[in-house]
Amino acid sequence: MVSTTHFLVLGAILFTIGTVGVIIRRNVIIMFMCVELMLNAVNLTFLAFARHFNQIDAQIFVFFVMTVAAAEAAVGLALIVQLARRTNSVDIDQADTMKW
Amino acid sequence: MEELVFYLCAAVAIVAALTVIVQRSAVYSALALIACFCSVAILFFQLGAEFIAAIQVIVYAGAIMVLFLFVVMLIDPESDAFASNRLKKLTITAVPLAAILGLLLLWAVPAVGPNGSDSSHAATGGIEPLARSLFSDYLLPFEVTSILILVAVLGAMVLAKRTD
Repeated sequence: MVSTTHFLVLGAILFTIGTVGVIIRRNVIIMFMCVELMLNAVNLTFLAFARHFNQIDAQIFVFFVMTVAAAEAAVGLALIVQLARRTNSVDIDQADTMKW
Repeated sequence: MEELVFYLCAAVAIVAALTVIVQRSAVYSALALIACFCSVAILFFQLGAEFIAAIQVIVYAGAIMVLFLFVVMLIDPESDAFASNRLKKLTITAVPLAAILGLLLLWAVPAVGPNGSDSSHAATGGIEPLARSLFSDYLLPFEVTSILILVAVLGAMVLAKRTD
């Protein structure tokens, strides 16, 4: 059986990669994808602990995280579409005005 | 055998995640992210969370990423994938920050201690205990989630509507 530590280390690595992506990329869509990647790393950590402590509650929590992530993706992508329509770009640096 | 599967999936997940952040084209990033989600789903399966693994493939790799690909193809972000003049400065900031974050996370890992319960899959396996818990102890959050999704659908419709 693969130990819990292995899964936690992988979760930490994936979370860090997601953070780096959010910092270095200026494309809104890719920044959003990196946020999804970070959520997924956290889900992996949750499930590792679910097995470690033999508790079902962490799986329920992952279920809710996924549901919220789906809702967030729908609203976020609608915002991105609207932003791209108004500024004609998906560069986050272009979105620096409060009013168009 | 289990170790082999773990290391293979972990390697695929890390390489795919790196591809997501260095790839210039948003379409390739989305495809790499699908690969990452699928290999993480295999790891979920290995952790005894079969239902969550299936949801991961159906909802994440299926629905959410298809939505991403739709938006990418709808608004054509190829024009400015990188703001190159700021990239170097940002990378200089990002690398130390990421190193600190990674070290902090990895430093927290050994605090877990040895594997507590080797009687694996006693409470975690299968869908039945999950459903039992979801529809008894967590019934109220479950219902609140449905309202959240309703609000999200309405919000997405209002936001994406063409105003002019």
